[in-house]
Amino acid sequence: MFLLSLLGVIVLLAFMASLLVGRSVTALPDLLSLLLESEQGTELLIFQEVRLPRAILGLLIGATLGLSGAAMQGFLRNPLAEPGIIGVSASASFGAVVAFYFGFASLFAFALPLGGMIGAALGVLIVQLLAGRGGSPLSFILAGVAVTSFAAALTSLALNMAENPFAAMEIMFWLMGSLADRSFDHVWISAPFMLAGWAILLTTGRALDALTLGEEAATTLGFNLQSVQTRLIIGTALAVGAATSVAGAIGFIGLVVPHILRRFVGNRPGALLPASALGGAALMLIADVAVRLLSPDRELKLGVLTALVGAPFFLYLILRERKRIS
Amino acid sequence: MSELSIHSLSVAYGRRSVLENITLEVGGGEIVGLIGANGSGKTTLLKAIAGLLPVTSGDILIQGRAAAMMEVRERAKYLSYLPQSGSVFWDITVEMLVSLGRLPHQKWRQALTSADQDAIHAAMRAADVLAFATRPISQLSGGERSRVLLARALASNPAILLADEPTSSLDPGHAIDVMKKLQGLAHSGMSLIVVMHDLTLAARHCDRLVLLHEKKIAADGPPADVLTAENLAAGFGVRAFRQMTEEGPVIVPIDRV
Repeated sequence: MFLLSLLGVIVLLAFMASLLVGRSVTALPDLLSLLLESEQGTELLIFQEVRLPRAILGLLIGATLGLSGAAMQGFLRNPLAEPGIIGVSASASFGAVVAFYFGFASLFAFALPLGGMIGAALGVLIVQLLAGRGGSPLSFILAGVAVTSFAAALTSLALNMAENPFAAMEIMFWLMGSLADRSFDHVWISAPFMLAGWAILLTTGRALDALTLGEEAATTLGFNLQSVQTRLIIGTALAVGAATSVAGAIGFIGLVVPHILRRFVGNRPGALLPASALGGAALMLIADVAVRLLSPDRELKLGVLTALVGAPFFLYLILRERKRIS
Repeated sequence: MSELSIHSLSVAYGRRSVLENITLEVGGGEIVGLIGANGSGKTTLLKAIAGLLPVTSGDILIQGRAAAMMEVRERAKYLSYLPQSGSVFWDITVEMLVSLGRLPHQKWRQALTSADQDAIHAAMRAADVLAFATRPISQLSGGERSRVLLARALASNPAILLADEPTSSLDPGHAIDVMKKLQGLAHSGMSLIVVMHDLTLAARHCDRLVLLHEKKIAADGPPADVLTAENLAAGFGVRAFRQMTEEGPVIVPIDRV
């Protein structure tokens, strides 16, 4: 409980920071007086239309990545699993790239996230069909790898065939993952899917605890693993599909956050779910503040930063783990 | 009424038949030792009863109710299964691990009740693991770990316990302790099927032995009746030193027949 409260406070502070930091840093008292004035100034407009949706998306997407990463690691009983392992990120990216490629993205604003979600749904449907009713983690991982590879290949094909270098650049930038220039429209279209995904994923906690003892013991403890797998796939598809659709692929948060927090919850996979959701939200908000502070002029892409910091940090975690074991 | 009734049960892995026409009754308060050579189908039989394997034909009744009609969660309240492989994937504490045994009785999102806590404590005392309740699993020896897993299986207060070689990684002292404990649980009303390879231990602590051989039950009865020279030769392909002592039978395999 203490851990969850602490993480909650960190999320709150990071959310405030995300509201105050941008091309211009607003001091907290200024923001308060802004909000109290009835006049519609530019600063208020920036706050309402730019920073607030950006901070909300950071919170929602970070929590999505942390939660689904923890659920995936618990289900597969593998600390190296991440939300993208079932192919949802790659197929959502491909769906968005299709929207770019055929020019839907310039026709209407919702085309990108919509394309992403359709891509995610199709990808996950294929994984579910391939993984079958066996409920074995191995066939599940293999199906995810197959869908990820195929979606990535199709994305490369789209880049390859892009008519002009600017279209290719635009796609590349989008794929890097970012929260810049997102509006409340993005919040409204993605939030319901993310919240529904969370609700489904949070039902798997007890089953994930039971899976600590292996699949047979978990079954005899009264859990239908087929249903657990289906809930996991649908929950991840909804939440991560929606997240990727509005922000592009943002790596390492779903992998690193459960890894860091695991020992603070006594290694219990069920208790890790809410902790990891809060931790993911905090890390995402902090990273998004960092990209704005690090290069205010030519903004560093969020996905690039998380990978740049995340990969060496993950290496450090692995080395420390090895040291502890030996 | 038997706690567990198995009628004409057949189980196959794909086309390969593993068990054929098994009929077995286990009464309340009875401890049945399941013996047989490697590959004779002992684990398959336990898994079929636990609902982990599809049944080709036949019926399994738990307290008179068809197991096939029971939800997994319903079945988990009556029946506890202790697998042979004691894999534990995350390094949780002993107490947390044993508390997982209460999952079949816990309501949705409900924390452990005082009844749960009592059952967990009793199970830990029964398996003699209270001394290291707060230690993480990774810091236990193989034998300590298998006792912890036994405590987990007992924590649900099952009517039927299926244990696959619960003594195989234990020293002689703890093996005897565990068998006495299982016998004690039987005397208090639990029904047990225990897969065993130590025939002396099986003979001394089980009410009944069931010998599996060539997919079928080759012998079923009191230990002394089952562990005959003929049955040992047929079931295991060994001849053994057999002696009835004041403290029960002693069976030591000597050589292949």
